[in-house]
Amino acid sequence: MTTAFSTKEITAKIDKKLAGSITSLDVNILLVEKDSLVELLAYLKNTPGLDFDYLVDITAIDYWDYFEVVYQLVSLKNNHKVYIKTRLTGRENLSLTSIVSLYKGADYQEREICDLMGIKFEGHPNLKPLLLWEGFKGYPLRKDYLE
Amino acid sequence: MTLQTEPFVLNMGPFHPSTHGVFRMKVTLDGEVITDLEPVFGYLHRGIEKLCEERTYLGIIPLTDRLDYLASMINNQAYVMGIEKLAGIKVPERAEYIRVIMSELQRIASHLIAVGTFLNDCGAFMTPVVYMIREREKILDLFDMVCGQRLTYNYLRPGGVSMDLPDEFLPALKTFVGQMSVYIDEYDRLLKENEILLARTRGVGILTKDMAVNSSASGPVLRGSGVKWDIRKADAYSIYDRFDFDIPTGENGDCYDRYRVRMEEMRQSVRIIKQAAEKIPAGPVMANQIPRLIRPPAGETYSHVEAPKGELGFYLVSDGSIAPYRCRIRGPSLINLTALREMSIGWKVADLMVIFGSIDICLAEVDR
Repeated sequence: MTTAFSTKEITAKIDKKLAGSITSLDVNILLVEKDSLVELLAYLKNTPGLDFDYLVDITAIDYWDYFEVVYQLVSLKNNHKVYIKTRLTGRENLSLTSIVSLYKGADYQEREICDLMGIKFEGHPNLKPLLLWEGFKGYPLRKDYLE
Repeated sequence: MTLQTEPFVLNMGPFHPSTHGVFRMKVTLDGEVITDLEPVFGYLHRGIEKLCEERTYLGIIPLTDRLDYLASMINNQAYVMGIEKLAGIKVPERAEYIRVIMSELQRIASHLIAVGTFLNDCGAFMTPVVYMIREREKILDLFDMVCGQRLTYNYLRPGGVSMDLPDEFLPALKTFVGQMSVYIDEYDRLLKENEILLARTRGVGILTKDMAVNSSASGPVLRGSGVKWDIRKADAYSIYDRFDFDIPTGENGDCYDRYRVRMEEMRQSVRIIKQAAEKIPAGPVMANQIPRLIRPPAGETYSHVEAPKGELGFYLVSDGSIAPYRCRIRGPSLINLTALREMSIGWKVADLMVIFGSIDICLAEVDR
């Protein structure tokens, strides 16, 4: 069985600067400030013992007050899993740093979120619309989208 | 006089017989050699994730049928497992066994089409695929028997399955399972050491282990590259921990390995069905008192299964109402295509369709 990786271990080990920007929401759910996201993911991926080498899924949810982006990471070696969440407030000019350089599998998923939720990913090599056509107005998966 | 060459951009699809649907690729060629490739999606985008937000939990099950329509039963299962997790519903024993039998039959059916069309792409036009459709037909007859449908089943429900197996099902299943191993041997005699197939697929379109993991490939694509990762074992859902089966893997990550992994998986599925058909208990097939309008408590969950094409996941967010607040579908077909560019560069145009076919995608799941 895939075990839930206890985030307490991460918060205990991590250096102070990064530790200030993360809070634990649940056993294996971490909330991170958006500026520290890439740093945290790189730490999770490259630290021996953690080895989160596989990105399962990225998704975004519109909660009206803020957007929540959820990253699911699994370690194929140790078979444990962690959820990393980050929140973006406001509804205009939303942006996050792309993680394609860390996980190639994020490529199409980031494009899809940009397409349907309107969150830009800075540093993405090819941030064209994935499913909608070029010039499409609006972001269909947002809660305030009207056709 | 010096001759000059320049790169040539070839547009393949969206209406190309080998793209298995409305998939388009912009391929840059140097002579016959591929130097760049860019997939273009969205021709079948129906916005299923948005549609889910406006339907009741039960009303979404038919939509999941239409994701990967070659594996509807497994899509149903991934989705209803999400609701069961959210609402804390316990599934009766017999229903779990029925689900496993249906999932494994569906896996065989999907792999038959995958391998058959893959061989079509290799140039063995129509002969192998007709052999494989012959057996798939028998599986569809079995599905027809239990739920009256041959393609979009809408059979699973949160808390069980919509109706019990008819009396004639288990004898028919036993006959089929007995025949199926013989048929798989027949395919192997026809294909396993076929010289043309080996020449077209051995060493072609190699996906290294690191690349497969880094690009989030899953299913036979990941296992073909030598990673022993199957959700049925790694995160055993339903009752898969009670069955004895192996996870076949490849060594080189080439098209031949992916094809072999699928063939071996069919044998393993037959093994699972045999065990399940022997052990299936009597009893109810539906949990008690599941309301028509399910209102799971507010919360979120991720449920995933091993679909024939890879990891299929549903990320469900509930706000306590009759419809999900958000329903994200992690389709394996789209994410498996991430590595297509790296796998194809350096190969000839004629190999492109072989490489593409070996990934095995379903466009309805890519675009959703």
